[in-house]
This record gives sequence, structure tokens and C-alpha cells, in this order.
Amino acid sequence: MRLTVEAGGLTLQNPTILAAGILGTTGASLKRVASMGAGAVVTKSIGVEPRYGHPNPSMIKLECGYINAMGLPNPSYREFLQELEVARQAGVPVIASIFGANEAEFREVAEGLPGASAYELNVSCPHAKGYGMQLGTDPALVEAVTRAVKGAVDVPVWVKLTPNVTDITAIGRAAQDGGADAVVAINTVKAMTIDIDSGYPILGNISGGLSGPAIKPIAVKCVYELYEALDIPVIGVGGISNWADAVEFLMAGASAVEIGSAVYDGLEVFASVSMGLSDYLERKNMKLEDLVGLSHRVVKHEAHKC
Amino acid sequence: MRPISAKILKVIDETPTIKTFRLDTAGWLKGKPGQFVMVWARGVDEVPMALSYEDGITVQRVGEATEAMFRLKEGDTLGIRGPYGNGWELVGDNILIISGGVGSAPLAPLAEKAAAIGVQVTVLAGYRTKEEVHFETRYRKAGKTLISTDDGSYGHKGFVTDLMRDIDLSMYTQIYCCGPEKMMYRVLGILDGHKMADRSQFSLQRHMKCGIGVCGSCCIDPDGLRVCRDGPVFRGDTLISSELGRYARDGSGRRLKLWL
Repeated sequence: MRLTVEAGGLTLQNPTILAAGILGTTGASLKRVASMGAGAVVTKSIGVEPRYGHPNPSMIKLECGYINAMGLPNPSYREFLQELEVARQAGVPVIASIFGANEAEFREVAEGLPGASAYELNVSCPHAKGYGMQLGTDPALVEAVTRAVKGAVDVPVWVKLTPNVTDITAIGRAAQDGGADAVVAINTVKAMTIDIDSGYPILGNISGGLSGPAIKPIAVKCVYELYEALDIPVIGVGGISNWADAVEFLMAGASAVEIGSAVYDGLEVFASVSMGLSDYLERKNMKLEDLVGLSHRVVKHEAHKC
Repeated sequence: MRPISAKILKVIDETPTIKTFRLDTAGWLKGKPGQFVMVWARGVDEVPMALSYEDGITVQRVGEATEAMFRLKEGDTLGIRGPYGNGWELVGDNILIISGGVGSAPLAPLAEKAAAIGVQVTVLAGYRTKEEVHFETRYRKAGKTLISTDDGSYGHKGFVTDLMRDIDLSMYTQIYCCGPEKMMYRVLGILDGHKMADRSQFSLQRHMKCGIGVCGSCCIDPDGLRVCRDGPVFRGDTLISSELGRYARDGSGRRLKLWL
């Protein structure tokens, strides 16, 4: 079954995308993930200056998912440009995840990293002071940052949203108003874990963000709400580790899905999600686009009957 | 996994700059030679360390985390995650071990394990000076051992790679190497010259954050292999065209030229 999909201004051979911050430090690693079946790859979040991130432990596998506080380690856009060039040999769209403290920084990074197939604005990292979520919880800032990057590049701009807000649709609308081509939902959920032998919080940064299976229902709900509220596509991310998870996200309204922590189980996750999706569509005699937002249509249909 | 609290049973001063910590990990840490653990000095940092015993690590004081570990005493605890990565693969019945400095940590248990099952073991061990010599007894018990020191204060004067000249490398079924990157690069070059890179294994060190193959901080060029998950042990022929000896990355992901 054909899995080619148009998502957020990009054409993908299949709807699986490597999520930001996962294996995205080097171009070679991004190429490797593409060769393992990802339809597109997102880089590590890149900023203006080199950052070393938070002290370790910076990522731990928990019983229900993963907790991390990497702290946006990145070598700066100047240094990362050579990695982006390597990644572009992958043969799939390479999306540059970028962050900054304000519109000017976002713009500087986007302009300094030419050649990306799209830019994904990180306004959602929950554990880097002055960046990420600190901007992403303010609709006015999200709109301004989106508009600034849109004005600086001529490829699609995606905005990755935080679930750590009362109403994610308000932030999604702000991104849309700023000219975003898609929103990506969700980033990690604020979380913390403590070593009960010593009382020390385990993460070097004390707290961080939760990813993996534990946050999937939160992400599905966010995607569902955004699909309803927005006119631009939604890219789903959060706890996807198999084809059934992907189907669920598509039904909630995602046009494509990003996969992050599940690479822990193996890089073949991208190919296995694609194959599972393809089998599912064949079994159901459906096309991929029939799946996108299906839950909304079912609910409306049922409501109409009453 | 969360870090498991492991009590320090014994601290052994190996050299002025190297200590071994034997840990109370009975029953849960079933690492094999060449695997590593993430060692958490609480409140400071967490760093990867090769297992130098089934229940022990051997640490050189190089930075903040190891400084903090050097202040710990018997009865104190460390947080341990692991074992992680793949270990050495024992190949054949006549092996050569080439050890540089504290690169001995994953190699000494390999020498012991190999000798215990009847494999013939030869060790070339290099150190900076006589006072940095450690694990000599472990190596000598396992097999024929030749030692070099950079300043000639003990054993052969010069590099461990000098010792490779006087032996017939072709008789070994497999060659195992761990040490400073510059030394490993020279060893790999010599083995490649003898067309033996495919008969060798090297244990690499790179900046690690997650330790479980997700974050990508330890990926090496040009294939994007993860040192924490696909390594830390790699076959020599895999490394021939890699970044080994040319550059490594710091915590930000920036390429740092090693010396070429």
C-alpha cells in the first residue's frame, strides 16, 4: 500500500519521522536513521552558541517511559552546518530543529542553517531556562517567533508545541497566525524522579521531561484538539513505538508521526511502523488519507444519528 | 533502569592517579568483559566506566566526577546503571591483548576470563611511568606479559606499539586493544599494515549522555554507530575509515581534532 504523504509542506515517502533531539547530533547518524526507513529526520535542536547541556544523568529509562533533561546541547549553527550537509545525503527531507531566546535568535539560526527541507521551531523544551517552553507557553511570543522565521526562510516552518499548558489550541492558533505550515504535538511532559536510596533527584537538572508510552494518551488528546481547532496539519509525536500507535495518532488527526524514545527498542522501528501501517490499510481497504482525522468523522457521524 | 545504589566494599589504590572500587553488586550486575556501567556520583555527574571486575570499576582521576569518586570511602555508595554496550567477543585460542594506561580496565578481566577457559594469552601493556603500572599481577597470571613505560622507568623504554615489532602478530587468532585514542590509532595502523584489522577489536571512548542509544551524543562517523549501544567494542576493520584518531566530539557535539 502506498504510504507517500503530504505533510506540512513536505512530501514524505512514508509518514514516520525521527523526532528532534534523538540521534540528531551528527549528520552520519541522521543518515543512518534514514537508511533504516524513516520518511524524514529532524536534527537535534540547534541554537546560536555552543551549549554543553545539563550534567548527567540526563536521560533515564523508567518503568513507564523515559525521563530526560539534556539541556539543548548543540555545537551552534555555525558548527552544525557541516552535519546538516552530511544529513542531506540521506535522500529524505531533513528538518532542522532550531531554538532561540527571542525572534532575532530564531531568525539568526534559521538563516545560518540554509539547506534544511523545513524548520521545526522548538518552543516546547521543558527544561532549558530562557528557551523552549518559556516562550512556547505565551501565544504572542509563539506567533512572533513563527512569523520571524517564516519571513527568513522559503521552506515550510513547523512549530513544536508543549503540552504543559492549559489550552494547547491557543498556542497552536498562535503558530498558525504566525504563518506556520504545521504544528508538531507534543514535546515532553514536565516530570521528575528521585533516587529513594539517597533522596537525590536523579536528573542532573533535577527535573526534566517525560516521553515514551506514558505520555501517548496525553499526546493523542492534544493532536485531537489541535486537528479540530486548526486549519494547518498536525504532526503527532509522543509515545509512538509501533504501527498501532501510529494509526491511533492518524485517527486523532495527525498527518504524519514523529518517533523518538522508541529508537531505544531498535532503529528498525521506522520500517516496522511503515510496514504495519501498510498491512493495516490493505486489510481495511483504506488509503492513508482516509485515516487522518477519522475519529472526528466517526464522532460527528454518531452525533448526527442521535 | 534507574541507577541502583551500590555500596563501595573496597577501594584499592592502584597508582597515584588510579583507584579501583569493588562494589556490592552481587546478584544483579552481570556484566561481561568489555561492557560498561554508567556511574553516578550523586550531585556531581554520571560517567561511563568499563567494568574492570564483575563487580568493580577502575577509575583514573581526570575530571569533576572522578575527583568526587576519589573522595569516596568504603561504605559510601555510587549509583550504577548497566551493564551497557556489547563486550569483547572471544575469538580463537591464542589472543593478544594490547593495553595502554587505564585502558587496562576492560582488558584485565578479558585476559582472566580467556586464561580461565584455556585460551593462550599474551599481553603487551604500556604505561607512562613505573608508578603508573597496575594490573601487572593480573596480566602475568593470565599469560606472557611484556611491559613498556614511556620514560623507561620499568620494562621496555618507549611505547607499547614498539613491543608489537618483536612479535609475530600473525600467530594470534584475535587482537584486543584499549587505551588512549592516539595509541589505539597507531595499533590499528600497524594491524592494518599486516592486513589483520579484521582480526582485532577496539574499545572506544566517546562523550556519553544517555548511555542507552537514544540521545546520539556518542555517535561516530561515517556510519553513525553509537559507541554506547553498537559499541563500545568495535572490530578494527569497522574503524579503519572512521573518525578514530582524527576527531571526537565534545559535550556540545562540536568536532574536536585529536592531533592529525
